[in-house]
Amino acid sequence: MKKISKLSIIIIFAFLLSVSCKKEGIGIGPVESVELGEAIDDAKVEKGAATFKLKCTPCHKITVKHVGPVLKDVTTRRKPEWIMNMILNPEEMIAKDPTAKKLLLENNMMKMVRTGISQDEARDILELFRKVDEGKELPDYIKKLDETPKPPETAEQPAAEKK
Amino acid sequence: MRNLKNNIRFSGLLIVFTASLFTSFCGLGGGNGASSKSGGAWITPRYMDEVYAFMSGGYSGQVSINGIPSGRIIKQIPVFSVFPENGYGFDEETKGLLMTSQGFLPWDDSHHPVLSLTNGMQDGRWLFINANNTPRIARIDLDWFETKEIIEIPNSAGNHGSPYITENSDYVFAATRFSVPIPQRDIPIESMSKGEFNGTITMVKLDKDGHMSIDLQVRVPAFHYDKSGCGKAVSKDWCFFTSYNTEQAWKMMEAEASQNDKDYILAFNWKVAQGCISKAKTVPGVHYRNYHPENQPAISEKRTTVKMIDAKDCPGSVYYLPTPKSPHGVDVSPDGELIVGSGKLSAQIAVHSFSKLQKAINDKGAIEKTIDGVPVLKYEATLYGEVQKKEKEAGKDYLCLGPLHTEFDNKGRAYTSCFLSNNIMVWDRKTLDVIEGLQTWYNIGHLSVVGGNTVKPYGKYVIGLDKQAKDRMLPVGPELHHLVQLYDISGDKGVFLNEFPTIGEPHYAQMAPAELLAKKSKKFYNLKDNKHPHATLTEDKARVERKGKEVHAYVTATLTHFKPDKIEVKKGDTVYFHVTNLTQEYDMPHGFAVYGAEFPNLLVMPGQTKSAMWKADNVGVYPFYCTDFCSALHQEMQNYIRVSP
Repeated sequence: MKKISKLSIIIIFAFLLSVSCKKEGIGIGPVESVELGEAIDDAKVEKGAATFKLKCTPCHKITVKHVGPVLKDVTTRRKPEWIMNMILNPEEMIAKDPTAKKLLLENNMMKMVRTGISQDEARDILELFRKVDEGKELPDYIKKLDETPKPPETAEQPAAEKK
Repeated sequence: MRNLKNNIRFSGLLIVFTASLFTSFCGLGGGNGASSKSGGAWITPRYMDEVYAFMSGGYSGQVSINGIPSGRIIKQIPVFSVFPENGYGFDEETKGLLMTSQGFLPWDDSHHPVLSLTNGMQDGRWLFINANNTPRIARIDLDWFETKEIIEIPNSAGNHGSPYITENSDYVFAATRFSVPIPQRDIPIESMSKGEFNGTITMVKLDKDGHMSIDLQVRVPAFHYDKSGCGKAVSKDWCFFTSYNTEQAWKMMEAEASQNDKDYILAFNWKVAQGCISKAKTVPGVHYRNYHPENQPAISEKRTTVKMIDAKDCPGSVYYLPTPKSPHGVDVSPDGELIVGSGKLSAQIAVHSFSKLQKAINDKGAIEKTIDGVPVLKYEATLYGEVQKKEKEAGKDYLCLGPLHTEFDNKGRAYTSCFLSNNIMVWDRKTLDVIEGLQTWYNIGHLSVVGGNTVKPYGKYVIGLDKQAKDRMLPVGPELHHLVQLYDISGDKGVFLNEFPTIGEPHYAQMAPAELLAKKSKKFYNLKDNKHPHATLTEDKARVERKGKEVHAYVTATLTHFKPDKIEVKKGDTVYFHVTNLTQEYDMPHGFAVYGAEFPNLLVMPGQTKSAMWKADNVGVYPFYCTDFCSALHQEMQNYIRVSP
């Protein structure tokens, strides 16, 4: 009996430690809490879309699967802190966060990498995702993020293909 | 009882489990142990070494870094030789570093790594190393661990006694191992023996950013100047250079240059010489100064003249101290008082006294003679003493045959390498009594103590750099890598800890505590700071541009693809690939290789831009691909270039 009570104390202690240290589902990284406004901040959305175009479109589109997962509805699937931590700290997230680990398996083992996005820029991108998930008609500059860029201008097209 | 034991064991396990659960959930686990966990030479995986050892590569022309005490090779830094592994010397960014008055040179012989100093202590800013064959000095930046600058030394040959540094990194020095006609001209080789050749001592000034320029060359008699060491504390205004071939032989030197019982240590007062710059003449001296700005192509500047003065015209700057026999190393004790000459062809370690030197230079009676106007001081006038020999004491061979080089620890001891007797002689700096001999295998050249040339050595470890490995390693054909032996010198007696092979021939090494460098080592190039003229900072800018027959492909690399998707050129085009790695992660380079290219691998660090030229000589479709395994989709990181007629 004594033995059991000792064990149970240890088990309870372990459980408490494991859940009390942090909020569930916010991932691992610099972001512990995010303040979300009631309304969408359109200035942030625009900045977020610009950063997304430069730094994220090599691997992500909004409504279409590219190298990485589709990002539409990500704000309903994940906590805002998780989203920002995934952008800012992908290496550790993929190594330790159970959801990020699962995503790696679902995306051809393709690891996400940092592309030099600051915490403010990550917050702007989060606002972009909120805008997308609002369910309203999206402005063109957001729709364009799904377009495949035109093949680059080549130095000189071979004559036969010019037409 | 047994139950209780099991119970305790089980609880223990549970506590460990709990702790690991805690750390993994809270994101505290794993990571890099910055501290080392040493006990002997074994470093528990995940822990890091305590000390960086910078080894010269000798005939490899490079520098390699080993962790101490484990001996693990951490990195090779290309310096004077091209390095196909990462494109050094081939790509458009680093080619310029290897420009000289003799054109582009793909190789040299690197000998003596020397760390920068502030107040006589290692400051972790730069590592300097000399090129012996075509005289040059390189500066390696210790934020990036990359070669950033190389300056050529004109009016010199065999830059061996180099690049020893003053205690506040005011100057690094160069000296001629091989005297030559100065200026170069067509005269009989035999005239060497008539004193028609010369040596030079070159003062290479460092500015606050480490940039190098030649302040002055002092022309000295035509001996062969071998090694050097600079003063510190009381002797901080002085540097010392050993010489051999004071016989001025020009052939069969092994016999003819080894006649005299004593050759000289050249004592050089650089402060006095500095005062002579204004009266020095401007003479021809074509040389290159090549500089690699951060993340940009190297800049090669050609300079055509230097300031030069004869030693006799700058009185008080140069003195000769007779020292037995063909001395190799000259090393100054941490307090600056002892100047130790290791008489390579003798069994003597002559220790000169700086304070006696100061008295002697003001005492006419102490001058034995002059050579070309340079005063030679009497041996006894500057001698502090000779290290006492103790043969065969307590079963150990304490004889030091062929003393080469000396360094110092933090406990009043000196360590001299003995080439022929295969040992390190440990002696007391005050009494000059031998304390013990540490055996080495085989033919030790130089040695190195952590911070062993500073005013306050870190001590703890000494390494001996051997010339032969013979029966110590598995045979792999006629030659073996050179071997290093490591001793723990923290106790009363030195303890043999470890041995490991090195790259090329480590002539000398300097060691610095990890805490000085590890924290400030850069992790990647910040894209925001990338000022490369051909950088492509975002994928939407990846493109191909034509300028006549020249095509510039602006390529981006990220996990795990290149852009543009395809490159199309015409036969006969000269194609420049400018590859920018858009990743901003530590240890995430991408490689870049093209079928049939004359340039080797381009290893592009995160945030870096590198360029290389490719001749589109053959019609067809050719692949280019990433050579550095970067992700599970690394094999898929490949595109094509099409060459049309």
